[in-house]
Amino acid sequence: MKNIKFTAFALFAAAVMAGCASNVPLNNTPAPVESRAPSTSGSTGASTSGSTGSKVASVDLTKNTANAELPRVIYFDYDSFVIKDEFRPVIEAQAKVLSADRTKKLSVEGHTDERGGSEYNLALGQKRAESVTKALKLLGVNDTQVEAVSFGKERPAVQGSDEAAWAKNRRAELASR
Amino acid sequence: MLMNRRSFGNSVAAASGLALAGPALAQFRVEISGVGATQVPIAIARFRDEDRTTQVLSAIVRADLERAGVFRGIDTTTQIDELGQPQMTEWRSKGADALVGGSVTRLADGRFDVRFKLWDVVKGKDLGGQSNAVAPTDLRLAAHHIADFVYEKLTGEKGVFSTRIAYVTRSGTRYALRVADADGEGGQVALNSPEPIISPAWAPNGQELAYVSFEAQKAVVYAQEVASGKRRVIANFRGSNSAPAWSPDGQSLVATLSREGGSQIFVMGRNGENPRRVTSSPSIDTEATFSPDGRSLYFVSDRSGGPQIYRVPVAGGNVERVSFTGDYNISPALSPDGRYMAYISRQSGAFKLYVAELSKGATPQAITDTRDDESPSFAPNGRLIIYATRSGGRDVLMTTTLDGKIKAKLVSTTADVREPMWGPYDR
Repeated sequence: MKNIKFTAFALFAAAVMAGCASNVPLNNTPAPVESRAPSTSGSTGASTSGSTGSKVASVDLTKNTANAELPRVIYFDYDSFVIKDEFRPVIEAQAKVLSADRTKKLSVEGHTDERGGSEYNLALGQKRAESVTKALKLLGVNDTQVEAVSFGKERPAVQGSDEAAWAKNRRAELASR
Repeated sequence: MLMNRRSFGNSVAAASGLALAGPALAQFRVEISGVGATQVPIAIARFRDEDRTTQVLSAIVRADLERAGVFRGIDTTTQIDELGQPQMTEWRSKGADALVGGSVTRLADGRFDVRFKLWDVVKGKDLGGQSNAVAPTDLRLAAHHIADFVYEKLTGEKGVFSTRIAYVTRSGTRYALRVADADGEGGQVALNSPEPIISPAWAPNGQELAYVSFEAQKAVVYAQEVASGKRRVIANFRGSNSAPAWSPDGQSLVATLSREGGSQIFVMGRNGENPRRVTSSPSIDTEATFSPDGRSLYFVSDRSGGPQIYRVPVAGGNVERVSFTGDYNISPALSPDGRYMAYISRQSGAFKLYVAELSKGATPQAITDTRDDESPSFAPNGRLIIYATRSGGRDVLMTTTLDGKIKAKLVSTTADVREPMWGPYDR
């Protein structure tokens, strides 16, 4: 079960990464970190009590998927790597999942807006990613479960040269490995 | 050099009313700004039979010399070959101090015999010439060698027209590391990737490029032999691996690694072996480059708040700050003689190319009027800087003289062009 779930998650993450690679703007709604394959979620949401008569147990996959979603993007202020309070729940929810399953591993990818040099931005993104991994580890996640990496300004979530675009690009994303 | 200064001393400032690039030079544009640029007026006659090849050699030679900043091309439609007897009075009346003529002859084996001669028009003197048999694909290179010959004869310094540059293009989601002639033409792909590539760095022998590729979904430093395409991993540690630069002897590399937490500077062997940590700070330390004597590293650190440029002995030790003006200074590049440092400084929200004379206390000056300058590097003779900027809504490459007076825009393709690095003398 765990393995199958993990595979499904990996496939999903691969799809997300492929989306990034083709410069498709990332969807702003948080994507699920844990998604469930239909074949493994038969019992979820279904009534198992009773087995006779005309009773039909309904399985709602869309609802299950939605429930499984965990936010996976943390946004930062300009030139800052401080995790704002509003994103604490994101870190806490992720830490819970990682602590519950020590086989799970995440890449924390730091990103910056387009302003400034590529190498300095790479280091700034690294600092953001490391501030997220540090917070995760304080909540009990093993060091071996998370790797902080950076894309600097090379992989913006959205195109544009205004504050609205920049604010969406200054971020750390959690991606499965 | 002194003799040349004398014979060309009557060159005048050419800031306005200058006939710039003709139709043959439409591949790029030389912009001249500011006043007081002293330029030798030179006529490059049409080479005999050059129109029978794919390259107009005289136009390439003229464009090279104009881009260097110290020459001004005189328009001419006259054809002269290396055996010609040009009338010096006639060329003086056209305002030329120097004249180049030549020829291109197809050989039986398919190669071309490229010949040329340089004349000092003021003294009426033959300054020599050369003959070179080259493959058709090396005709551009032959023209660059002619420009190098002329440049060296007339200035006493080595020319850089036959050197190469590396840069990265992005077209949609395709990234390519390319190697091109120093004028941005004749580019060839060294690496194609669906993921970003940054920070190419030429090995001092010009045979290899180190660079950062994100193909593994993280920053990894590779080195690649340019001629064979053979590549190897230099640094692929936990975290990010970036900002490679070679030592002047080519035996070691410096890079930024985050394997111990934080972006810190490490020196390692040319294959990435035995990485040794040079900086030890809780801050960002990155973009290290060797001083030309190989003894120091210049690097960027935000240890004082914003990013500033510092210097530290390669063996480690006392860290000295070397940038003081402004609150954001990054991407240091040293001239080959160690006298100048080019870097990017943020001023009122704009990122500008600055040049500082390291030994002088004078305030460094911005030398561009663009707002998104990045990635400066010096030509191997220290007379030009190549850098990336934005112009007309696209990422482009420019070269500039150190005083900012002569600039040229390189590589006119539809792709965005970034991350230039000027290669060494190598061919």
